[in-house]
Amino acid sequence: MTAYLLRRVAFGLVLLVVMSTITFFLVFSGTERVAANILGETASNADIAALTQKLGIDRPLLVQYGDWVGNAVQGDLGDAWTTTGSVTEILARRMPVTLSIVSTAILVMAVVSAILGIVAAVRGGWADGLIQVISIVGFAIPNFWLGLMLVVLFALNLQWLPATGYVSFTSSPSGWLAAVTLPVTALVLSGIASASQQVRGAVIDALNQDYVRTLKARGVNMRSILFRHALRNALPAALTVLSVQFVALLGGAAIIERVFAIPGLGELTVRSAVIGDVPVLMGVVVTMIIVVIVVNLLIDVMNAWANPKVRLQ
Amino acid sequence: MTDISSTQQVSTQALKRTSFLWSVLRNPLGLLATIILLVVLLTAIFAPAVAPFDPSHVEIFKVNVAPSSDYWLGGDGSGRDIFSRLVYGARNTLVGASIAVAVAALIGVTGGLAAGYYGRILDVASSWVADGLMALPAIIVLLAFFQALGSSIHLSMAVFGIMLSPGFFRLTRSLVRSVRNELYVDAARVSGLSDFRIMWRHILLVIRAPVVIQASIVAGIAIVIQAGLEFLGLGDASIPTWGGMLQDAFDNLYVAPISVYWPGLAIAITVGSLVLLANVIRDRMQQGDAPPKVSRLPKPEPKPSPISSVSDDTLLDIRDLVVGYPGKGEWKQVVKAVTMSVKRGEIFGLVGESGSGKTQTAFAVLGLLSKGGRILSGSITFDGIDLTALSASQMHALRGKRIAYVPQEPMSNLDPSFRIGWQLVEPMVSVLGISQAEAKERALALLARVGLPHPERVFQCYPHQISGGMAQRVLIAGAVSCKPDLLIADEPTTALDVTVQAEVLELMRDLQAEYGMSIILVTHNFGVVADMCDTVAVMRDGAVVETAEARKLFAAPGHEYTRMLLDSVLEDPDTRTYSPPKEASA
Amino acid sequence: MTAPLIECEKVNTFFGTFHALKDVNLTIRPGETVGLVGESGSGKTTIGRAILGIGPVTSGRISFEGQDIAGVVPRNRKGDAARIQAVFQDPYTSLNPSMTIEDILTEPVVARRLASKDDARAQVRTLLDQVALPADAAHRFPREFSGGQRQRVAIARALALHPKLIVCDEPVSALDLSTQARVLDLFIELQERTGVAYLFVSHDLAVVRHISHRVAVMRSGEIVEFGECDQVTAHPEHPYTQRLLLAAPVADPVRQQERREAFLSLGKEA
Repeated sequence: MTAYLLRRVAFGLVLLVVMSTITFFLVFSGTERVAANILGETASNADIAALTQKLGIDRPLLVQYGDWVGNAVQGDLGDAWTTTGSVTEILARRMPVTLSIVSTAILVMAVVSAILGIVAAVRGGWADGLIQVISIVGFAIPNFWLGLMLVVLFALNLQWLPATGYVSFTSSPSGWLAAVTLPVTALVLSGIASASQQVRGAVIDALNQDYVRTLKARGVNMRSILFRHALRNALPAALTVLSVQFVALLGGAAIIERVFAIPGLGELTVRSAVIGDVPVLMGVVVTMIIVVIVVNLLIDVMNAWANPKVRLQ
Repeated sequence: MTDISSTQQVSTQALKRTSFLWSVLRNPLGLLATIILLVVLLTAIFAPAVAPFDPSHVEIFKVNVAPSSDYWLGGDGSGRDIFSRLVYGARNTLVGASIAVAVAALIGVTGGLAAGYYGRILDVASSWVADGLMALPAIIVLLAFFQALGSSIHLSMAVFGIMLSPGFFRLTRSLVRSVRNELYVDAARVSGLSDFRIMWRHILLVIRAPVVIQASIVAGIAIVIQAGLEFLGLGDASIPTWGGMLQDAFDNLYVAPISVYWPGLAIAITVGSLVLLANVIRDRMQQGDAPPKVSRLPKPEPKPSPISSVSDDTLLDIRDLVVGYPGKGEWKQVVKAVTMSVKRGEIFGLVGESGSGKTQTAFAVLGLLSKGGRILSGSITFDGIDLTALSASQMHALRGKRIAYVPQEPMSNLDPSFRIGWQLVEPMVSVLGISQAEAKERALALLARVGLPHPERVFQCYPHQISGGMAQRVLIAGAVSCKPDLLIADEPTTALDVTVQAEVLELMRDLQAEYGMSIILVTHNFGVVADMCDTVAVMRDGAVVETAEARKLFAAPGHEYTRMLLDSVLEDPDTRTYSPPKEASA
Repeated sequence: MTAPLIECEKVNTFFGTFHALKDVNLTIRPGETVGLVGESGSGKTTIGRAILGIGPVTSGRISFEGQDIAGVVPRNRKGDAARIQAVFQDPYTSLNPSMTIEDILTEPVVARRLASKDDARAQVRTLLDQVALPADAAHRFPREFSGGQRQRVAIARALALHPKLIVCDEPVSALDLSTQARVLDLFIELQERTGVAYLFVSHDLAVVRHISHRVAVMRSGEIVEFGECDQVTAHPEHPYTQRLLLAAPVADPVRQQERREAFLSLGKEA
């Protein structure tokens, strides 16, 4: 089990190094126009050259990379080019916002998908039909369009909830709830669409196993067979879905934050990408990878708990 | 002559393919999805003919106008015709989605074929790459690469194709791995086919339908993501796109909220059709397994089951039992009017070939028919109780306590996630209502009783840590743990090695004598019957052809089918003598 | 004394650290059936796959008509060694479900470039006839046939190359009793007609006795006994073979009772 987790950590570190390197060379190779972009159309060539030198992007790529890595391992991701402050400060400010939305979304998604999937697997009937419809509708409607329509309906027409903005949970729990309700709703629909179907499949699979018949023959009651045995065996498949969906939600958040003007990591990425604030982009990519690695590790631990074959490896 | 046969072959294959396509189109949803996708495709191709205006035609007075006879869906924030832009947007959308699908499928399928077929290091390495790609949110990567890739959405979609390739990779790899272990691939290798030909002929044949389904889903994802990028302003502003239109509508949300609907609807309908088509194809592929709806079948006529006068030493009495499964328009009977009775303390053999209904008869007694199965008529009287009249919960109360079951496959009948001990303790606690501690004590005694050398250790084991023979002993221990009156053993030794079989049969005989229970032994093996049974019923095609005392049956089989079966048992007094073939000796 | 068709000398196979074959020596003469009996995990399938060239050989020699074929994959084999064929256990997975019977039967010939596709097709009728399947089977798919019929198709596929050796891996274990007897008789009839030799792998001593000239008994990767069929299957010398023989129940309650008592008197395996 320790060996298994160590292998997963090693995999995460390799992923971090490889992806940050690829990203570095891709984003830093496209920096010729950055100084001009930042200074605007009226800037003189001398100003542009000066800024280019100040940012250090006139140096060879490898030198820049060595510098960046050297600082990064000490927790210093450099300064932002287009706003004031260091990248780590900006990320520290933005990250809790995105995480609060994404973790709420994954929680909602997991609960709703589990309930829908289990009911559909066990009962069939209306829940099965509902899942079929959700799986197509949820997939077909882009989350940002759904977000826009929710804004039109609940913010503009009904005026129940704010159209934009973010309030942190610590400053006002009810304000936070009002602010995240629409974004989270827009974000989770497609996740529920695919996750609920996969939960349904996993539970049906588990219930079709031979040992279920044997447990019934042994006099074990249906409740225990479903909740103790079938769900336990369906859990690894469900956890895989969760880890895939978490990544999808992180990506989806980027667009949703734009729709609802939420000052999170996603909104930061979009702005930095358009203007070319390369250090911030690097910071975002590194942060995202670390978050994904940590979440996947948590899921691996849960998987090892559920699955003795993994645990006793 | 050969020409004729080759055209015949082509025509049967063509027939098969058209009929598949036809059956997808005959499904109303499949037809609807196909028509919508065709309309979108044709619109994209003939955009200049369909669109009333040039997509960049600006009329300054029509900024954000409501739908009119002129601008059918209204004007956008710059005074351009929304409908015309929608039509041209289809073009851009389909091109982008095609690029993503092509790149993803090319990389994923090739990689999956190679990794699945050759395995080893290639497999490990490519699986790492796939896992790595899947660990990253695609849209963040595309955003980060935006400066490097430039505003060409096509390049971004190609990169997105790479990010989506793990879907194809995993699908192909797992399909190839399952096909690769099929014996027909071994047969092809023995025949001298090259790896390339094996993949081409055998493996691609099997994976093409799932790949088509995956492609259609990936196309949907690509359309949504592409629109997302354009919505964020990362596209070429001079080209009309659905995502770009949404961005424009978003900027004018407070002025013309209605403009938000059109591009979104275009995306949703196109993507929805792709997913719908994928679902229809998938359902069509799985149709063979799906049972017909029970509600459409004639209701089974409830026959009053005569409470027969049975003698006291009869434990189980089955009369005119009919078991059916839903078939095409009627119940397909798998057990046809079976009558038999099992005495207390006897071992009753139920013997027959596959499909004879012997297992279904046993499951009917347990009340555990597979999904859809039903007792259509007849009675099963167990110790004076008519089992067919019992409610599910009454039946449940009998199972495990008075009627027990030993399955065929020991390994798949233990829950892999729980320790052996718990799997013995749990049913005892729930059936006998004893404490966990007492149940554990009894379980350990049982494990020792069924001949497992280290009960304490086995108790702590998970199923994958013990052998098949041990697992079967565990299952037998579980079956007798509540001292049942009747034990139903369904081919209990078929999956075991012959020496293990002899030991397990000996154990069952011992336990039968010790507990005085009756055993119904379902088997296809006349040796096992001769070894174990007091009475034998021979089944064929759902019916009992002969019931007799075991010694009598073997000495003088009454039915010709029984005689035929016994004649098929191989018992050769003489063996073959070897003589080299003529060519070889010459 | 006829020269052996195939000769395995000190064949060893390792899967990782697991020693699956331990110095296996085995000979098969032309036109002979050698039965190979053993329980699961004994290595009997592994030696069959090694001879076929689809399983690994770590050391040792497998010579076929003098040519060393150990570790040589089928498509790199030359002459008659390239014609060695196989019939596998499960008739449901040994035929590709999406190919017609004709495609299945022509594949070996076409792959070896021994005949044009048209000539190969012309042969199909003869092959089907040999295994007593109707000629109209050619354009049907495997799912339209029963287990026994599928196994006949698999045998026809093996015959397509006119092999001198067919490795049969539990070819009748998945079949019903009455079908099993008929398929075994087909194997014998084909051998008498064509002079093909069989390596007949099975867990069932009675099946092996029915078809074999000589029998080898395997346990944990070793051949523990190899001799004339009647001697090995009726009067075995090795204690393991005796145990195997007495463990298999006979279809006669009276004799089975004696056999059972004899088996129990052997006690637990050492």
